[in-house]
Amino acid sequence: MASLNLLVGVSLVYVAFLFAVAFAAERAAVRGRSGWLRTPLVYTLSLSIYCTAWTFYGAVGYAARSGMEYVTIYLGPSLVMIGWWWVLRKLVRIGRSQRVTSVADLISARYGKSNTLAIIVTLMAVVGVTPYIALQLQSVTLALSIFSGPPDAEGLNGLNPLSAGFWVAGGLAVFTVLFGTRNLNANERHDGVVIAIAVEAVVKLVALLAVGIFVVWGIAGGIGPMMERIDASALGTWELDRSRWAALTVLSAAAFLCLPRMFQVLVVENDDERHVQIASWAFPVYLLLMSLFVVPIAVVGLNLLPAGSNPDLFVVSVPLAQGQTGLAVLSFLGGFSSATSMVIVATLALSTMVSNHVVMPIYLSLKSGGASMSGDVRNVILLARRLSILLIIALGYVYYVLSGGSGALAAIGLISFAGVAQFLPAMLGGIFWRGATRLGALSGLCLGFAIWVYASLLPSFGQDAVLPASFFEVGPFGINWLRPYAFFGIDGMDPTVHAVFWSLLMNTCVFIVVSLLTFPKPLERLQGAQFVNVFDHSGQARGWHASVAASEDLMIMAQRILGASEAQALFRTAAREQGMTGHLPEPTPAFLERLERELSASVGTATAHAMVSQMVGAASVSVEDLLAVADESAQMLEYSSQLEAKSAELSRTAGQLREANEKLTQLSVQKDAFLGQISHELRTPMTSIRAFSEIMRDAEGLSVAEKTKYASIIHVEAIRLTRLLDDLLDLSVLENGQVSLNSATGPLEAVLDHAVITAQASGDGRLRVTRDNVAGDTMVTTDLDRLGQVFINLITNAQKYCRAAAPHLEISVHADAKRLAVEFRDNGTPIPDAARALIFEKFARVAEGDGSGAGLGLAICREIMARLGGDITHVPQAAGNVFVVQIPRRQVLAGQ
Amino acid sequence: MDKHVLLVEDEVNIIEAMRFLLTRDGWKVGTHSDGATAVSAIRDARPDLVVLDYMLPGKSGIEILTELRALPDFAGLPVLMLTARGQSRDRDLAERAGVNRFMTKPFSNAEVLNAVRDLVRA
Repeated sequence: MASLNLLVGVSLVYVAFLFAVAFAAERAAVRGRSGWLRTPLVYTLSLSIYCTAWTFYGAVGYAARSGMEYVTIYLGPSLVMIGWWWVLRKLVRIGRSQRVTSVADLISARYGKSNTLAIIVTLMAVVGVTPYIALQLQSVTLALSIFSGPPDAEGLNGLNPLSAGFWVAGGLAVFTVLFGTRNLNANERHDGVVIAIAVEAVVKLVALLAVGIFVVWGIAGGIGPMMERIDASALGTWELDRSRWAALTVLSAAAFLCLPRMFQVLVVENDDERHVQIASWAFPVYLLLMSLFVVPIAVVGLNLLPAGSNPDLFVVSVPLAQGQTGLAVLSFLGGFSSATSMVIVATLALSTMVSNHVVMPIYLSLKSGGASMSGDVRNVILLARRLSILLIIALGYVYYVLSGGSGALAAIGLISFAGVAQFLPAMLGGIFWRGATRLGALSGLCLGFAIWVYASLLPSFGQDAVLPASFFEVGPFGINWLRPYAFFGIDGMDPTVHAVFWSLLMNTCVFIVVSLLTFPKPLERLQGAQFVNVFDHSGQARGWHASVAASEDLMIMAQRILGASEAQALFRTAAREQGMTGHLPEPTPAFLERLERELSASVGTATAHAMVSQMVGAASVSVEDLLAVADESAQMLEYSSQLEAKSAELSRTAGQLREANEKLTQLSVQKDAFLGQISHELRTPMTSIRAFSEIMRDAEGLSVAEKTKYASIIHVEAIRLTRLLDDLLDLSVLENGQVSLNSATGPLEAVLDHAVITAQASGDGRLRVTRDNVAGDTMVTTDLDRLGQVFINLITNAQKYCRAAAPHLEISVHADAKRLAVEFRDNGTPIPDAARALIFEKFARVAEGDGSGAGLGLAICREIMARLGGDITHVPQAAGNVFVVQIPRRQVLAGQ
Repeated sequence: MDKHVLLVEDEVNIIEAMRFLLTRDGWKVGTHSDGATAVSAIRDARPDLVVLDYMLPGKSGIEILTELRALPDFAGLPVLMLTARGQSRDRDLAERAGVNRFMTKPFSNAEVLNAVRDLVRA
């Protein structure tokens, strides 16, 4: 009989050995000789932390109690590894490209880096894993109790399970703190821990195989007799519960992916994606070996040991009962290894989550001084990690104490599995479905977890411990369909199946429905695309292998794109990091990837990749790369053609502005000319009036004839002045459109009669006016006074400017369906062609000095006819001039 | 001996008034009313003083003055320019062309008589 002291001593030596291995591994890693640390074998062995003390001890107990059902906990992970290795590969790729540190980090990062999700997942993981840690405490304590002495009549022995559990918990805590938090790695990877758990994996496999071989060949006497024993035992004949079988397979598969410690070794500690492929067959082989002797040990244990012996301990108690103390100690060490490796990795993973997602955000917001990653903060993180480890193990111990340390190991393990399996919908949905949203994940997780707590965790403390017994019989507050083991009144389901079924079903449904109903924020959308399409985005697939690139060439290119100083800084930093003295680093794949990232910020990802490809001479510019470059170029072309269009538009606008400016300048010149003209027209008669009035006032001895002559000059000039002012005002009113037109209907003949009489009254009577073709019944509807004014002006002009020996003006009327034309034909000198274009402009006179007109008459005529909707034109003639006034039949008054 | 003044002006009434005033003041008055032929008329008449209108048919007063100043014999001939336009830019143009005196219409008779006396005495 091994004494307890010996056992504790052996355990301590074993732990010291593990320390030495871990320390050596880390030393090697620091020196850069870590190649052997990160091999597919080590990766596969590190996955064996799936096989905890539960598997080591509990599988045999499970088999002894429930027959072949124990296989499910091996089957689930094997199916995942063999059938779903591509899911693992995707997880590993995402984990590496996004620098994910934990399950909580993964889910939070996928859903828009949500801190809420990170905290919730962290808390769920802590709660979910707590029973599991309790399980390890329980199994180690139970194993110790076997060595401490035979059970007495009351089933108790010399060892107090609570105090033993406390010491085991304390030991594990110290062990984990020392192992996992000796220093802080930026990438949350632990070379020492990984190698230590790989060693432990070997120890537990060897121990279990040794016990199995001893049982088959040492006790049963070979394979044949062993098979007979198995056939004879009741174990092989137990019916399988199909629903439990399916549910447990799914559950263990889900847990394998979701357990924080599994995520830690699968994803975070993964060094090379290719290791996943090897592990996909190697790990199932390991599991097969682990499960190989479970049934024989269970059968032999049931045969040999007295009824009532705890089947969970057969692995230790069978060799012990056969006097094989050494084998029993080895077996104990195997179980101890299983427990310690699980606790170390699980608490490391959880403490990373707790410190990263709970403690540090709170600490940083409290400090709020923008604390940088100084040594100060590093110490805070380390302290947070250590305290988290202690807290998590303390929680496990509390659960162990509260649950009485009595439940079967497998049952406790399944509770944990169901808890962490709640992460599965959010995790798988997140990496395969871009439509998954933060709110969907949050709702699904919370509901699934709530169901798990209510239907699985709380009942595990025993009826009436937390939930009153009435809950199980009639439901909470009498609500029958909410009984923890029979939701919606569906009785008769196995409690584990029940909890798994409802929690995962509701979790998944709510996750999908809420995701469909909500819209992701931009960051979620972005992250979603990066996760779902990780193989298109991440750098590793097209990483750099060639190292033939000349650093100088890269430098020249980088300077062109990034600018000289920035490029030099980048290269210098990289060189320093590589431990080189110059300013040119080695073109390592890592550096090339970094350079490509920097360049892509300026020129786009595809172009940057193509450029670096060209430089390193690696012929890895794929068709896809080229197409992506083409896309970018097309975008640039489109952009530049947009720019061209813009610039054309701008120059058009500029042209329009120039035109407008010219017009304004012209208008300004015209205005000056106009003002000069008006001034001239007004000042000239005033000059005569002033001069003659002064002469008449001052000069002495003026004859009566002279006085009369000068007075009449003053009179004429005054009239001229008045008429000028009248014309100017009239023209101004007409031009501004402020004229009021009085439409009336009258005979055209009457208007002409009146005009001729008025004009001739002021003329000298030399002009002979004749009229022809005037239809007496032609009626016009227009402003008759204004029309008459046009006629008067034309007749007056003929009087003034017709220089013929016998001045003659012939007025004729031509009518058609649409309009009337009144023609004024004189026999004067034809207006020269050069002047014709101007005669209707203001102050335009064919020749200066002929007559007293200011040159406003025809301008006024043109304005009036425009208002009346008609027209006035000058028709060139071989002899004489013809002015045609056109009047619309149906008068449209254009005036206001 | 009477001084000779040439009026280059197209407004008949203004010619009438100026002729009356200047004749009474002891001037020998000649007139010309066409801008285009004004320069040769001045060369032929060789007056002691020219009273030049700004706006003339055929050629403006400024053009006539500029041509006149280009002739050596007439570079120093006193010229009084009269304008009815009343814009300050015109005065600048006239002064640059070499006018001796610039007056805006209408003016008082005394004013214009003083001006012509000043110009010939100087």
